[in-house]
Amino acid sequence: MNAPRVWNTLEVNRAERLGRARAVLGNQMQGKALPAARIADLLHAVLECGDRVCLEGNNQKQADFLGQALAQLDPARVNGLHMLQSVLALPEHLDVFDRGVASKLDFSFSGPQAGRVAKLVSAGKLNIGAIHTYLELFSRYFVDLPPRVALIAAEAADRHGNLYTGPNTEDTPAIVEATAFKNGIVIVQVNQIMDTLPRIDVPGDWVDFVVQSPQPYYIEPLFTRDPAQISEIQVLMAMMAIKGIYAEYGVERLNHGIGFDTAAIELLLPTYAESLGLKGKIGRNWALNPHPALIPAIESGFVESVYSFGSELGMENYIRARPDVFAVGPDGSMRSNRALCQAAGHYACDMFIGSTLQIDLQGNSSTATLGRIAGFGGAPNMGADARGRRHASPAWLKAGEEARRGRNTIPRGQKLVVQIVETFREHMQPAFVEKLDAWELAEQANMAIPPVMIYGDDVTHILTEEGIANLLLCRSDEEREQAIRGVAGYTPVGLGRDKRMVEELRGRGIIRRAEDMGIDKRMATRDLLAAKNMKDLVRASGGLYDPPKRFRNW
Amino acid sequence: METLNYRYENGTRTLAKNPQIVGVVGSGNLEVLIESAPLDGACTIEIKTAAVGFGAIWEAVMHDFHERWLLADARISINDMGATPAVVSLRLDQAVQTMLEDAR
Amino acid sequence: MSSYLELSARERLQQLFDPGSFEEFLPPSERVVSPHLAQLNAPVAFDDGVAVGRARLNGEFVYTAAQEGGFMGGAVGEVHGAKLVGLLQRAVLDNAPAVVLLLETGGVRLHEANAGLIAVSEVMRALLDARAAGIPVIVLIGGSNGAFGGMGIVARCANVVVMSEEGRLAMSGPEVIETANGVEEFDARDRALVWRTTGGKHRYLLGDCQMMSADSVAAFRQAALDAIAACAGGPVELTLEALEREQQLLAERLARFGAMADPADIWNSIGMADAQRVSMLDADAFVAAAAAHRLGAP
Repeated sequence: MNAPRVWNTLEVNRAERLGRARAVLGNQMQGKALPAARIADLLHAVLECGDRVCLEGNNQKQADFLGQALAQLDPARVNGLHMLQSVLALPEHLDVFDRGVASKLDFSFSGPQAGRVAKLVSAGKLNIGAIHTYLELFSRYFVDLPPRVALIAAEAADRHGNLYTGPNTEDTPAIVEATAFKNGIVIVQVNQIMDTLPRIDVPGDWVDFVVQSPQPYYIEPLFTRDPAQISEIQVLMAMMAIKGIYAEYGVERLNHGIGFDTAAIELLLPTYAESLGLKGKIGRNWALNPHPALIPAIESGFVESVYSFGSELGMENYIRARPDVFAVGPDGSMRSNRALCQAAGHYACDMFIGSTLQIDLQGNSSTATLGRIAGFGGAPNMGADARGRRHASPAWLKAGEEARRGRNTIPRGQKLVVQIVETFREHMQPAFVEKLDAWELAEQANMAIPPVMIYGDDVTHILTEEGIANLLLCRSDEEREQAIRGVAGYTPVGLGRDKRMVEELRGRGIIRRAEDMGIDKRMATRDLLAAKNMKDLVRASGGLYDPPKRFRNW
Repeated sequence: METLNYRYENGTRTLAKNPQIVGVVGSGNLEVLIESAPLDGACTIEIKTAAVGFGAIWEAVMHDFHERWLLADARISINDMGATPAVVSLRLDQAVQTMLEDAR
Repeated sequence: MSSYLELSARERLQQLFDPGSFEEFLPPSERVVSPHLAQLNAPVAFDDGVAVGRARLNGEFVYTAAQEGGFMGGAVGEVHGAKLVGLLQRAVLDNAPAVVLLLETGGVRLHEANAGLIAVSEVMRALLDARAAGIPVIVLIGGSNGAFGGMGIVARCANVVVMSEEGRLAMSGPEVIETANGVEEFDARDRALVWRTTGGKHRYLLGDCQMMSADSVAAFRQAALDAIAACAGGPVELTLEALEREQQLLAERLARFGAMADPADIWNSIGMADAQRVSMLDADAFVAAAAAHRLGAP
């Protein structure tokens, strides 16, 4: 006869960990709060080797105090940790592997640390479970990767451990929900401890330990683009996007991938789009971080609503003053939510437009480069057709109709997924290639499949300075390939076009040049931008926008 | 530095008297000097470029430029500092358009 | 409103002066290029980075030069410098009403070594000769590269310096100061500090520039007109009295502010409080606020 199964092992284990913590911290605990100097003792007590630990490296917000403490632990006492992390942004996010405290990683994006990730992987110190998109990673927290311990960051806590996460709420709700409801341990670093919070974003019941960090948690201003850097070519492409796609399909609900190309579009709304009579017809509802470049469009009445994944440093007061537009709580400050905004971008938006590094002959789009394991962030999720979607909109129906015209298939809609890219990048690197670097990276880094950001099947339009290729209207792989070559300009891929076929595709409207869209290239100057520099943005905001230091010369 | 020369014969559009210059020799940019010159109806283009080894691309860009405008008795001189074909075509078109506007 | 900062040198000449009035000396079609850059296998510009000539301002001819900041940072090489010298000498020959120099430059073009150094010193001499001949020299500084190095000195040899707040005027560049004296002394990547130290507003408050302009071609045009009018009817040559007054100003400046670590401390001490607010004032509001406090001759 077998011993009866125990059904509350997690609960029992949690109590053991909390017991060890109490024993080592003793009377230094004030409610849930402990002194910053004792953080290493807490972590040594609460962690067990091989634990799944979720650390807030978000896109913007970083639980840096906790991340540093984790990286400094004694690997003889704590090792083999399995890190679950949205973004690897800071050096300590890799130090934790270098020192042997952690050995496995499931993540989404590593941007600045991508080179080091690759090195640690080849050194055998970092074993990647998988690279995900944000929503995908959060989803796994509820299925097969529940965090045992969560290390998060918040603006403030009260004496009960209730948390205020404010504008930069970001990934916190998803992480805490997954941890707290699987008997995990939630540890939070806060900027301050208050008697009364502006609002409660996380209930104290879900929080185990609170520590006030010596410095406020770090926030990266990732979504700020200085208009002074936008080129005439980018203005031209923005004009084509607005006239050739936004107006054409009536795109009211959308997401912009970050970049100067999309910043140019945002800055052309109050000027060029307005002159085309498009106010109220395009760009009304956004799943978007609070891009400073969107300020003129908001002020001019183009933008009705913006729901955000996170906040953006310097935008806090502007957001407070525009509660009709942003997601602002009863306390007056914004709340963001990466998981919900990713869902919004996937299901409630009719278009994604973003830039990329490489596109192949099938339209597969990749930002993978050799020697760097960067991951994807949210782009694949935003830039994918939402096959589970059922509600219709004019743009969605039109795209779906174009894709299925003349084919014997049941009608459905399709999301517009636009890749906007100049044919040549810096150092005359072509953006269009026969074979993506992703293949070689996959071999180098032992990946099962090449890391592709957006699959060709999902790409509906490719926009370059040479024009727009509408892949929805292509009826064969060959047409698709030539449509891509037709906008690939003077790259080897472009020069290798079948000229007759490209002309025929142009005749059918599959390829459209600027002149075909009635766009006068001479209008494509920086004078068309609603703001030409950071000071213009500040003025447009009525002085409410406060750019981070690195963007100012005052 | 690399010097490239092209000559096209079948042009029809002649230019005004005054030379025009557009662009700046800065990183990723170029200057284009365009002049009317007695060349037996030809259009010549001389390019001095800091980006070496892109002759095939320059040739394709110049060929398309000539097809667009079919200039005759025109001398075009370029100092280039690594501009992409997009910027090169833009400046060339701007140079011709400035010439044509000046003529009116 | 056309931003002066964003325009190229030639666009500034076209838009600042009376339409269509700019006549160029040694135009690009003459192809007077740098012999040194060709030897170094570097790209040349047909005008060696400066356009010189004459143009009308409200109907009156002035002699003018505009440096192209986009070419080698506007730095002065042999040909570039000779064009400036020639312009100043031609202005004297033709008894021009004024010379207006649109400067945007890092100073000497180091690629050309001694030829560049000599060129800049000859520009200084030619400028002072023009003043001695009774021709007022006005300098406009509003480009993104500012006016640095030996050309910063040239600027201060002029009768009137007009700056926008985006413009900068100094001798040593920020990176040079940081390299020579360390980042604690001067952090070249602290852009707010760089502009606080060398930007138009600080220069105006110290008296190194005499007029502020908004960053628009129209505003710079008006400032040039006002500067020429201000010089009319008075001596324009460099006098001993003016030099001694200048030396006195500099001695006082050193005594009063020499120990201060930040320009904001200087502003506070002269009564221009709240550095952040000063930074956000537009040109007119700033000039009004500065009137009671700024140093230097009015």
